[in-house]
Amino acid sequence: MAYNFKEVARKPERFTGGHRMCAGCGAPVVIRQILRALKPEDHAVISAATGCLEVSTFLYPYSAWKDSFIHSAFENAAATISGAEAAYNGMRRRGKLDQEGETKFIAFGGDGGTYDIGIQALSGAMERGHDMVYVCYDNGAYMNTGIQRSSATPMFADTTTSPVGRESQGKNQRKKDLTEIMVNHHIPYVAQTAAIGNLKDLYEKAEKAIYTKGPAFLNVLAPCPRGWRYEASDLMQINKLAVDTCFWPLYEVVEGKYTVNYKPKNKLPVVEFLKAQGRFRHLFKKGNEELLDMIQKEVDRRWERLLSLEASN
Amino acid sequence: MSKREEKIYSPDVGWKDITHGGTITTAGNAELFLTGDWRSMKPVWLKDKCKQCLMCYYVCPDTAILIDENGKRIDFNYNHCKGCGICYKVCPFKAIDFVNEI
Repeated sequence: MAYNFKEVARKPERFTGGHRMCAGCGAPVVIRQILRALKPEDHAVISAATGCLEVSTFLYPYSAWKDSFIHSAFENAAATISGAEAAYNGMRRRGKLDQEGETKFIAFGGDGGTYDIGIQALSGAMERGHDMVYVCYDNGAYMNTGIQRSSATPMFADTTTSPVGRESQGKNQRKKDLTEIMVNHHIPYVAQTAAIGNLKDLYEKAEKAIYTKGPAFLNVLAPCPRGWRYEASDLMQINKLAVDTCFWPLYEVVEGKYTVNYKPKNKLPVVEFLKAQGRFRHLFKKGNEELLDMIQKEVDRRWERLLSLEASN
Repeated sequence: MSKREEKIYSPDVGWKDITHGGTITTAGNAELFLTGDWRSMKPVWLKDKCKQCLMCYYVCPDTAILIDENGKRIDFNYNHCKGCGICYKVCPFKAIDFVNEI
């Protein structure tokens, strides 16, 4: 189905205001759009790994979710939701459920709860083949507890556990490529996306992920104004820069077949993305040109590799 | 709202009044929690300039821009708007002003 912007807007809102995410947070924009991809008559069971999203949307006695929500621990959102799915299938098999519409199972996790702490539960759930979607909203550090580095933090970013100083230029290590790890689980649907333009890419991938039978994984960029140190109102501009510099390529892998959904006409130098954020400010001091060069080379290498994977389908 | 629910939302709630296991029985009741007082800057909708493109509707993190039954956007829900200014930056027609709250 083609993406009709105005029609999609009229679908029911499944995520309410009044949650306690920071002003200008990138995650709620992503969550709203993903949930909008559900058919209005369908239900959802949602679980979230501990993180900003979980602690801010589910503060007793308030819930910002219009669907069933299960409060989960840091490492086991994927296990929780796969268990719920198995229980649902069991009840349906025995004729104990009488409801209209289907029930879909969605887990949300931040990069800390997905790249690091939740990866074993995630890997297990994907391998067992549950009919579920795992959505990682990647903001590149443990933002909830005060911007500690995670394995999703980009190289040379300033965080509170990789602080910039005389001896350190931020995080020394490279960013883990979780989307590729999930591709190598050989599940039916894996995609990497971000909220850019009219959010078409995000909506279509969410729809495919939710309505693909079997496990699906979405990795979505969710900028954090506090941790990335940019003006809160710049969310959409930051998203666009991440994609246009190929720092965050938009692509999907359906049954092992790669498609790069967006190839920028003018691939911008990664510097454009970095200089918009305070966490990379130190890289623009004299003498650090070499570090910028390293980041550019890494981005180029990953982009070229992605293009060659697409070409070799 | 039932008596019991009323009690849960008051600051003097005791352990005997809360629900078992901390369950929340009203889905989406975060709407009752008003985050509008976080705001220091405030978006203002300039109705005449608005072309109803709905870009602002999609990018609002706080579901504070709502649409009516005809799919047209209506004024801000200032009860929830935190004043982040994303809508103001994204508007292609400059139909949203961003001003100091007071």
